[in-house]
Amino acid sequence: MIEHELSLYINDRLHQVVVDSRRTLLDLLREQLRLTGTKKGCDHGQCGACTVLLDGTRVNSCLVLAVTCEGAHVTTVEGLGTADALDPMQEAFVQHDALQCGYCTPGQICSAIGMLDEVRRGVPSHVSSSLEAVPAVLDEREIRERMSGNLCRCGAYVNIVDAILSQVG
Amino acid sequence: MRPFEYFRPSSLADAAQLGAVSGAKYIAGGTNLVDLMKLGVEQPDRVVDLRDVLEQEIQELEDGSIRIGAGVRNTDLASHPLIRRQYPAMSRAIVAGASGQIRNVATTGGNLLQRTRCVYFQDVSRPCNKRAPGTGCPALESGGLSRGLAIFRTSEECIATHPSDLAVALVAFDAELALWRDGQERRLPLEQLYTSQESAPGRETILEPGEIITAVHLPAPVDGRRSHYVKVRDRASFAFSLVSVAAAVELDGDTVRGVRIALGGVASRPWRARSAEQAIQGAPATSANFSRAIRDELTTAVPTADNRFKLALAHNLVVSTLEELI
Ligand SMILES: Cc1cc2nc3c(=O)[nH]c(=O)nc-3n(C[C@H](O)[C@H](O)[C@H](O)COP(=O)(O)OP(=O)(O)OC[C@H]3O[C@@H](n4cnc5c(N)ncnc54)[C@H](O)[C@@H]3O)c2cc1C
Ligand code: FES
Ligand code: FES
Repeated sequence: MIEHELSLYINDRLHQVVVDSRRTLLDLLREQLRLTGTKKGCDHGQCGACTVLLDGTRVNSCLVLAVTCEGAHVTTVEGLGTADALDPMQEAFVQHDALQCGYCTPGQICSAIGMLDEVRRGVPSHVSSSLEAVPAVLDEREIRERMSGNLCRCGAYVNIVDAILSQVG
Repeated sequence: MRPFEYFRPSSLADAAQLGAVSGAKYIAGGTNLVDLMKLGVEQPDRVVDLRDVLEQEIQELEDGSIRIGAGVRNTDLASHPLIRRQYPAMSRAIVAGASGQIRNVATTGGNLLQRTRCVYFQDVSRPCNKRAPGTGCPALESGGLSRGLAIFRTSEECIATHPSDLAVALVAFDAELALWRDGQERRLPLEQLYTSQESAPGRETILEPGEIITAVHLPAPVDGRRSHYVKVRDRASFAFSLVSVAAAVELDGDTVRGVRIALGGVASRPWRARSAEQAIQGAPATSANFSRAIRDELTTAVPTADNRFKLALAHNLVVSTLEELI
């Protein structure tokens, strides 16, 4: 076992921890810091359940080694809102009943927030008909493509898309 | 996962020294390396983080060529105005691969060096000539899973494909790599990075121990060139290609002045269809000519019973993509 001291900000709070070099950011959050809102589905980048915002962009925390996160700012679902004051995207998921079991939901919400920011920054997608149109116009097709890294085993996609569409400014 | 030492050097020289040791692996975005370490396919005992030493910029140089730092993230490369305007096949190739989350982390260099998705390579309980030379290849045995694998053979022992979409587009544009070792930068056409694999499918690139990809160079854009990337996969999104094509065309009236065709999903490296290009160049831009040219190129393919469909798929994909570009 080879351990490293690590300082990073999680939901704006500085954490100083000691991590095994093998630990992923996902396992650091869940096992060491008990922030269990972020979920583990596949552990291989294929399902999106572990999506968090790392320095402002959405990433799969299961493929990030914690030790590489020195000084980083991580936002998890716990950092988005509180039970009394939900983030607008969380509120939209509630309003649109965009879940069944809820397992994929924290990842869907973090991913949706990161995705909307990518659109504002002009990131194109596979279904964007023109690479010149910046930013892309977000319709159902664009949202489905841009959210394809988040699987929902319950198949709540119809309402997930509606919830996200309701947040398109 | 096996325990490993972790280093985060702050200069290329330190990185190259730390990375030259046997058992060392570089990490950039980590989206391929960490995945393979979890599977036990990669077992480095030292991981050297390149995040503080790789170039992160995309620069237009004086001669009109473009230098893309190896540390540039896939999302940023696909979104860059110069790339989307002058090299649209590249933007298209990137956004046709992986997911938003992965593209945000994956780097230009790491993308080119990602390893095959062959199921036998990824499953350490199975034989694999690439992972464990000499143990055999279940994909080549009868009943083996080879639907997604190569139709152009570069080795008798392995029919794994190179999975990168970006590499296919870059090979079509004649991209070159800047490689760094012993304080020197050398240039190498990307196509020559990938070895021919004849007898050693485990050795995939000609990189020397410790050598670092520092940048990718794109030749200056060509006036009147149009380019496109089209990928066919088993689902509408978030899947590796069965067959993909990057193509670029310049016309002179009804005649093809220049053409580039690179195929993905068909070989151990991006497959530049040079004989088809030669047949099309200087000829009238007609579907019949495109069809004949790519059919001839495909006569050297050796498909398995499971992936014979890739012949028709590759043919139709090349013809329809070229038709779109004229
Ligand atoms: C679920 C999933 C789906 C995917 N789908 C697709 C797809 O459809 N199409 C596609 O093209 N890709 C796909 N990918 C692969 C993805 O594009 C790669 O994982 C990514 O591009 C690798 O980049 P990285 O920076 O994370 O590399 P890393 O994992 O950091 O490195 C990969 C390899 O390159 C070496 N390396 C990295 N940078 C350098 C350098 N500068 N110099 C020398 N060596 C270096 C490392 O040592 C390692 O061996 C998918 C991945 C996942 C997990
Ligand atoms: S747990 Fe990370 S993508 Fe599935
Ligand atoms: S709500 Fe159950 S997996 Fe998505």
